[in-house]
Amino acid sequence: MPIVSDNLMKFFRSSSKPTAAPSTPQKLSRRSSGVGEIARVLNSQEGLCVLDVGATSANNIRFFTGKGHKNYSEDLLRASLDPALRVPDALGNLVVDGKKFLAENLVYSSNQFDIVLCWNLADYMEESLVKPTIDRLWSVMKPGGLLLAFFHTRDAGPDSTCYRYHVTGSDLLEMQEVKFALPGHPASEKKSPRLQRVFNNRHIENLFRDFASIKFFLARDNIREVLVVR
Amino acid sequence: MDAPQTRELAHIGKSVVIKGEVSGSEDLYVDGEVEGSIDLRNHSLTVGPNGKVKASVSAKSIVIHGEVDGSLTASDRLDLRKSAVVTGDVTTQRIAIEEGAFLKGKVDIQKESGKGTASS
Repeated sequence: MPIVSDNLMKFFRSSSKPTAAPSTPQKLSRRSSGVGEIARVLNSQEGLCVLDVGATSANNIRFFTGKGHKNYSEDLLRASLDPALRVPDALGNLVVDGKKFLAENLVYSSNQFDIVLCWNLADYMEESLVKPTIDRLWSVMKPGGLLLAFFHTRDAGPDSTCYRYHVTGSDLLEMQEVKFALPGHPASEKKSPRLQRVFNNRHIENLFRDFASIKFFLARDNIREVLVVR
Repeated sequence: MDAPQTRELAHIGKSVVIKGEVSGSEDLYVDGEVEGSIDLRNHSLTVGPNGKVKASVSAKSIVIHGEVDGSLTASDRLDLRKSAVVTGDVTTQRIAIEEGAFLKGKVDIQKESGKGTASS
């Protein structure tokens, strides 16, 4: 009986986060309440400035520019994995140089963006970069601007697939596994980044404590969507 | 019977390094290094997998396999292939981005008679 229930659980787990990497990146669809809220703002206002810090997506560019908004794209997770950012600390261990990272990335004027799409960045990014990155995002966002981020729940394992998100409709996303050449691995050997940590609700509230308000949407695939107002 | 038309294609090989202005009235394939500017107006530019371009680029269509650091203006279409690494602002009518391509910059899609599209 335990075998049956274990197999049953595997079935359910695999329906939301496949563990085997297919040869061609598979696209999964999911509804997103957060994207729905963002889409409502995009549809009701003109000339907004949108920053997408997830993996580059032509779908997203089409979605935003098609509604007459400006789109900026910057893949921060991939940028954070640049080997040139690794410097030895006092003990000789290689650590990420956060100052250099912020000198080379997210370099925009203050109060520039109306909407920022973080997707799952905070869950997969090196821990030392997360808070400084969120602080920088706060400074480049306009007051009243919206930020959307996804966080795994504690049920997610370290091998939870890292996705790139394509907006395909007003509340619809297509998810595609992301693979990079990770630090310490050959450039030809591309792997999906590992989940670095799981934030609980209090951690998330602390992360965005400088923002005006925060709203949680619970989803069924071990993801909490968080919509934050600057 | 007319001979079949073939488009002329200039080729900058992977051992070639050019600093300055590059302009022309034929298609260009860059697999070497170019620093400065590239202006092809009604022709296409392809940056090969070994290509490294640090320049402002203007062409009818642009296909990137390698690295580009600079603004890109494609009057028709921009294709970022899976190995493309682009840092700079992009202006085009249509854009296609393959899985794995990296783009850092502002994207401005200029519509022509309402048929501008982007696809991945």
